[in-house]
Amino acid sequence: MKEQGLSNSSEERLRQSLLRGLDGDAAAYRVFLQELASHLRAYFRKRLNRLPDEVEDLVQEALLAIHNQRQTYDANLPLTAWVHAIARYKLVDFLRRRAGKEALNDCIDGTIESDVFASSDYEAAAAHRDLHKLLTQLPDRQRLPIVHTRLEGRSVAETAHLTGMSESAVKVGVHRGLRALAALIRGKT
Amino acid sequence: MKTEELVKLLATGTEPVDRHAVGRAYGIAILLGLLGAIALLLATLGLRHDLLAATALPMFWGKLAFVAGLGAAGLFVIQRLSRPGAHLDGMPYLLAAPVLVMWAIAAYVLSDTEPTQRMPLLLGETWMRCPWLIAMLSIPAFLAAMNAMRGLAPTRPRLAGAAVGLLAGTVGALVYCLHCPEMGAPFIASWYLLGMLIPVALGGLLGDRLLRW
Repeated sequence: MKEQGLSNSSEERLRQSLLRGLDGDAAAYRVFLQELASHLRAYFRKRLNRLPDEVEDLVQEALLAIHNQRQTYDANLPLTAWVHAIARYKLVDFLRRRAGKEALNDCIDGTIESDVFASSDYEAAAAHRDLHKLLTQLPDRQRLPIVHTRLEGRSVAETAHLTGMSESAVKVGVHRGLRALAALIRGKT
Repeated sequence: MKTEELVKLLATGTEPVDRHAVGRAYGIAILLGLLGAIALLLATLGLRHDLLAATALPMFWGKLAFVAGLGAAGLFVIQRLSRPGAHLDGMPYLLAAPVLVMWAIAAYVLSDTEPTQRMPLLLGETWMRCPWLIAMLSIPAFLAAMNAMRGLAPTRPRLAGAAVGLLAGTVGALVYCLHCPEMGAPFIASWYLLGMLIPVALGGLLGDRLLRW
């Protein structure tokens, strides 16, 4: 039960931001993802102390996974357990993918179980992976909805008009595109 | 791309999320699995000819209750396995309960039977076909539930695959009840269970490969 005082209040704050985000509040969701990113950064940095250069890539991968899988958060359960399970899954998956090149199992040690919200006092480093480049690999029906609605901030209706797709096809395109992006990342590393 | 840009990308224009998405995904999978299995049953095996008369017998409903009970436990477990961080305490007991009840009934029936009649009661007329037919009828639900699980977030892929198989096996066995003439508790307690375990094993084997995200 270490560092619980701070992490309990920060967990509840984060949880409220997530819940509002799940109801469609983009501003609250953005706050949630921002705070989450710094917690994930601390979490991965602590566990990848031999691979500091990989931390930011893994933070982005975990953020994308949390976004794509956000419908699996059960509001009755603690946020920590959910985030921790995803972060841990992504870390183990990442190490397993790397294990072909080198034996890095010693990175997974006892500390893997400690609190994901313990601390967040790290600055973002640069990620190696360029998601913009990965985006260009997606088919148009996924890439264009993401570029128009997410990067340029257009509405779904505008994007539908611009691309000649239906509004539901635009939404499906964003959803599938972000999942495809996660799959591309997994294949690349 | 900087992480800040990714955060902006993910948050911009975010849509409300269905809070019951997990339950809904499996509800749809079960429905598709049932429809697919019924279509398969009608196309290949047909209904049992005495289906109406059989519905008057308690064992017909006992059989359905066993399969449906296991299916309900499976539905509960599969939702847990679809959510990262959800604990699995008590899940083995939940799954074991319907099986133990059925085994207890089967043991009672066997002990109440003449020793020479026990083997025929256990094997019935169709023990060689029954497990395979149940496995065959579980294919539509297996595909639908695996697809549903792939859209969620299993952190234990083998267990999650096995849970997909269990849900599918119970759907297949439920539909098989419309064809199967067997009414002996020892038969149900062994061959039905075996039939449902075939997709469980298959799901467990495929989980690692199919359920990565």
